[in-house]
This record gives sequence, structure tokens and C-alpha cells, in this order.
Amino acid sequence: MKFRTFAMFVGPSVFLMLLFIAAPLISVFIQSFQVTQPIVTTQEVETCTPGFLTQTCTTEIKTVPTLDENGKIVTETNWVGWGSYANVLGLDQMGTAISEGRWGDILQIDFWAALRFTLMFTVVTLPLVLGVGLAIALAVNNVSKALKGPIIFVSLLPFIITPVIGSLSIYWLFVGDGILTTTLERWLDRDLALFAQGWTIELLMYFYRVWHVAPFAFVIFYAGLQTVNQDTLESAIIDGASRFERLRFVVVPHLMPLIIFVTIIHLMDSYRVFEEIVGFRAQAHVQSLQWLTYDLLQPDDAGNRAISRASASAMLTMIGIVFLLILPLRRTWRDHKGTS
Amino acid sequence: MSTPRALRQSLSLRAGSAAFLTFWCLLAAFPIVWIAVMSFKSPVDAFAPSAWDVITGPETRARGNGLSLIDIVVGVIVLWQTIRIAMTRLPVWVAKATPPGWIAIGWIFAALAYGLAFVVVFFGILPPVLGVINSFTGPLGAPLLGLTTEHYQAVWVENAFWQNFVNSMVVTFGVVTISLTVGTLAGYGLARSGSNLAFWLLIVALIFRALPHSVLVAGYLPWFINSAELLEPILGENAPTLYGQPLAVIAVLVSINQPFTIWMLRSFFQNIPTELDEAARVDGCTHFQAFRWVIMPVMWPGVITTGLFSFLLAYNDFLVTSLLLDAQNQTMVPAIASYFNRETTTTDQVEAVAAAVSITAPLFLLVMVFQRQIVSGLTAGAVKG
Repeated sequence: MKFRTFAMFVGPSVFLMLLFIAAPLISVFIQSFQVTQPIVTTQEVETCTPGFLTQTCTTEIKTVPTLDENGKIVTETNWVGWGSYANVLGLDQMGTAISEGRWGDILQIDFWAALRFTLMFTVVTLPLVLGVGLAIALAVNNVSKALKGPIIFVSLLPFIITPVIGSLSIYWLFVGDGILTTTLERWLDRDLALFAQGWTIELLMYFYRVWHVAPFAFVIFYAGLQTVNQDTLESAIIDGASRFERLRFVVVPHLMPLIIFVTIIHLMDSYRVFEEIVGFRAQAHVQSLQWLTYDLLQPDDAGNRAISRASASAMLTMIGIVFLLILPLRRTWRDHKGTS
Repeated sequence: MSTPRALRQSLSLRAGSAAFLTFWCLLAAFPIVWIAVMSFKSPVDAFAPSAWDVITGPETRARGNGLSLIDIVVGVIVLWQTIRIAMTRLPVWVAKATPPGWIAIGWIFAALAYGLAFVVVFFGILPPVLGVINSFTGPLGAPLLGLTTEHYQAVWVENAFWQNFVNSMVVTFGVVTISLTVGTLAGYGLARSGSNLAFWLLIVALIFRALPHSVLVAGYLPWFINSAELLEPILGENAPTLYGQPLAVIAVLVSINQPFTIWMLRSFFQNIPTELDEAARVDGCTHFQAFRWVIMPVMWPGVITTGLFSFLLAYNDFLVTSLLLDAQNQTMVPAIASYFNRETTTTDQVEAVAAAVSITAPLFLLVMVFQRQIVSGLTAGAVKG
């Protein structure tokens, strides 16, 4: 294919990706060093209220935003260097925490708490997703053909459901008067408030994510199981391998590329954990990196968005992506060099 | 073919695997089924402490909303027949009524018409007819199962959820059509070009695939809010403010979706033998003609599968739509967040549940119709790496 034809085929897609993915990234990078604020002037205002004999007058100093001729607030953009980063990272608080030797206090700062949760979320859910997915795939491989269709249908439901709605549906089961809370309360004979402290919310989030992603792992592993070499399995049996050994030394090595694929996809997706926090209304107790940026982007009571700090937090989130992608990219690069 | 004895499994292992599978199916379906049940009950029943009360709904029944034995039997029969006709007769009708080559469009129309007919019969004709029958059948006609659709009425009619539904449809339809058009071209180009540039493009797309969406939205927001001033020198007076525009959100979602789309379509196009377009080229076609007349007729399975995933991305999105759309253009998923803020009484909660179920229902149908395509789409990406 000539370059010109190739460019014409790929052009629209590349244009869209440059305009809406690459350009915003550069823009975010620049924004993170700038702060845009309305220009304010301080004015001394004297307000007088009628009183007996004399007026009571008070003078106070007000900050008033400057308006231009159209009545719009004039804003100015200042270069603040690493200021927004320091703000997001909470360097001041960190400094005091370290100098006083209270290391636990670092986790009180939003960013570090979010980082801790995001990493832990990624690490805890990964083996669970792989294990549950493989177990379902093996079990489905066992049942008769007539049952496979309906089982795959039911299994796909948690995967296909809107993440916010999925987490809400679990939230409603465990909310104060939800059905599972009342059942658990009856068993344990004590009051439960699962959404009142961080660790129970976190457990429910792990549960939700495994519920949501395990079907994906299952479908992929199940497809892989169909191509396991039967001859190898038989020779393993002749060699006296037990069922577990066959799984460990024949099936799992065969599935290895798929396991790596699911791992990479899951790492990318769980690093972006966000919808659970909306669905569980967990922001007061647990936050994730992506939620932090989202929260800063939302207008506050005065209608201002903390764009600069959001950009800084977004750039910090990106650092993690680099670490996540190093391994798969190196592998693809090796494969590419091998083939060409 | 009988299984060799050595491969046969012991009874305990089979029982264990069956038990595990049953447990998983229950676990997978339970939260979704449960919110569906809750959405039909009065608030007292929906959050009743005993599960049996939630299912039978005594409070709802006491208020005169319920299904009698006759209702249930007739309803199940109608549902069963609907599904049976859809499976057996409908394909024949569609094949007869549509000219060859238009089968996909014929199916879309048939599905819409069939769905509409079902809604009219099931919710429009059946209830009054059954009401009359119930009134003179005595004990058989007495309500047995509490069930009310008041929350759905409240959500869809009073809270104007249908507007959000329309917005959702506009956004999803736009995203699916545009991202497929752009993506098919790019996927084909990438699959047929072995150059280094194509490889690097795919790698960059992989990196873009990993970006958190909030990072990108942080880049859009200032530009979108100020776009009227920024675009004024170019477009003059009627430069639009992109913030709050469904079109802008469609463009954003299409772009976010592009990396995934081109990877997936590329792997589908690689499965189409190169000999096919080479033969067309020998006969004197240009690349575009070969693509139009030789590849397009055989690419539909891949395009439908990719379209399904684009649909899911656009339909399920919360982050982008909630930040870039204003209140009157809000789609369904972020609109449900507005219930959180109001969720003070249990009635509000059950209304939120009903809204959530309304959002899930189309997805449920989607899995039912396209299960095979979804599975093949998931595995296609994996097998190619």
C-alpha cells in the first residue's frame, strides 16, 4: 500500500486522536503550571445604617472582582511553576508529618490516600479476577452443551451492566435497610453500617470489581480452553499426572498469553477505578486518583473549577500509566523486532 | 464420542464444579434481578426486612396493586410466545420483506416494530382486558403478587426521564456511527499496511487506550467553556460554546473510543484473506474501490461486534458526559446522580431504583440478541494480542 493511500485511510482517525487526545494532553501539561484567577481589587466600603442621633457607620474591606466593559469578570493567568503540584501533593502537610515523625498522617492527605487505595485496589483485585475467571471457565467447560448458552448469558450480565448502575445495585443490597444488611444483622445479631467506615466500603468495592470483571476473564479463558491440545493432556495422563498437575503444567501454560492479556487490560482498567466511588457514594471515606481529578473539575459552590490543580493531579496520575505500560510495550517491541 | 475413563471426573469433583457454577450464576444475576424486583414494589415493601415480603409485596397488594393468578399465567404465556415468535417466525419475515443486501437495516426496523408491538400489547391492551376478566372470576382474580408501576411512571413521565433517554440515544447513535465509519477505514489501512508507521500508530493507540478519561476531560474543559470567544475570529458571530453540546461530547467519545476500535477492527480485517482485495486490484480496482466492493460486503460481523462495544462505551459513560454536558442535555447515567442528592425519602430511593432498572433493560436485551457477537468480540481481541 502506498503511503498516500494509507494516509487517506488512516487520516480521519489519526486526526481525531491528535485533536482530542494528544492536544488535550499538551494542554493539561501547560495548565498544570498555570493558575487562572479573577482579578480582584480591595475596596474600602463604608456602609451606614440610620441610628438614633447619629448614623452608625462601619467601614470594611471587601474584595471585588474587576469587570470589563461587557460586565464580565476579568481573569488573569499566572505562571505558578510547581505550585499546583505542591498543592495537590500536600507537601506542607507532608513536611510537618515527616518532621514530627507521624508517618501515618501522610495518608490523611487526599492524594496519598487516593494513591494508596488505587494501588491496593489494583493489586488485590487482579489475582481474584484471574482465579475466579479461570474457575468459572473450567466449571463451564464441564457442563453439558445445552446449559452453556444460558450460563454464558447470565455470566455476561455483570460485565455488560453500566458500571455506575452495577455498583448502585450492590449498594442497594448493603445499604442501611437493604436486604443483605438485614439478613446479616439477623445472623450476627448486631447492627451493621457498611457504608459508614472506609474498610467495609473498600471490601465491597473489591467485591464489586471482581463481580464486574470476572466474566470478561471467564469468556477469554473459556475460549482458550477450547484449543488445549488433547494429545498433550493424554500423554500427561499416561505419565501419571493428577488432575491438578495437568491443570498446573498443561492447561495454565497453554493459557499463559491470555492470562497476560487479561492482566494488562485489568491493570489499565482498575488503575482508572472511578465509577464505584460514585455508585457507593464513598467519597467521604475512600477516593481514587481518577476521582480526585474528577472532583477538582466539578464546579464548587461559587461555580469555579480548580482546573490548575486538576491538571496537576491528572499529570501525576499519568506517571502511574507509564509504569503500567513499560512491560507490555517492551514485549510488543520485542515481538515486532522479531517479525520484521 | 465417549470420554476415556482416565479423563472422566470423580463424582465429588463434578458435584463441586456444578455447585460452584450454580453459586456463580446466582451471584451474577442476584443484584440485577433484585433491583428489578424492588422497582415494582411500594417503598415499604422494597426495603422490607424479609426477602419474602419484598418478593410478594403485601403492602403493595394491600393498596390494590397486584397481579392475580390469571394475570401471571396470561402474562407468562404472552411473554413466552413473544420470545418464540421472535426466534422462529421473525427471521423468516425479515428475510422475505427485505431486498438482499439490506438485511441489517431490515433487522433494525423489524426489531423496533416488534418491540413496539410487544409494548402496545403487553402494557396497553392486556391490563384493561385482564382487569375486566379479574373482576368476575372471584378468588382466581384476587391479587396475589404485589406489583406497581407507579415508580416507572414517576420517573419517566413526571421527572421527564424520557428526555435523558432521547439524549442518551442521540449520543450513542452518533458515537457508534461516526466511530465505525472512521474506525473501519483506519482498521483496514492498518491491517493491510505492514509499514513501521502502522506499527507505531498502533503502539501510540495502545498508550492512549490506557489514559484515564479524567485526564483528557481536564484538557477539554477550559477550551470548551471558552470556545465561543476562541472560535469567534474564525466562525464569526455564531461561534458555539462547545460546553453542553451533545455534538462535542460525541466527538470526544468517538476519539476516546478510537484506539480500541482500530485495534479491534484491525484484527478482524487481518482475518479477511489478502487474496480477496489483491484479486480486485488485479482487475483494476483502486484501493478504495476494492474496499467498497470487495471488503465491505464481508466485513459486517466484525463491524457489528465493534459497534456493540462502541455502543457500550457511549451508553455506559458517566465521567465525560457528567462533566461536559449541562443539565438539559444530560444523558441517562449521569442523570441518575441527581437522584442521589434528592434521595431523602424511601420513595425517592425506589424511584432511583426504577431509573437504574430502566437503564439496564436495553443492555439486557442487547446481551440476549448479540450474545454470540459479544463473546466473539471479547475473544478476537485476546487471541490477536
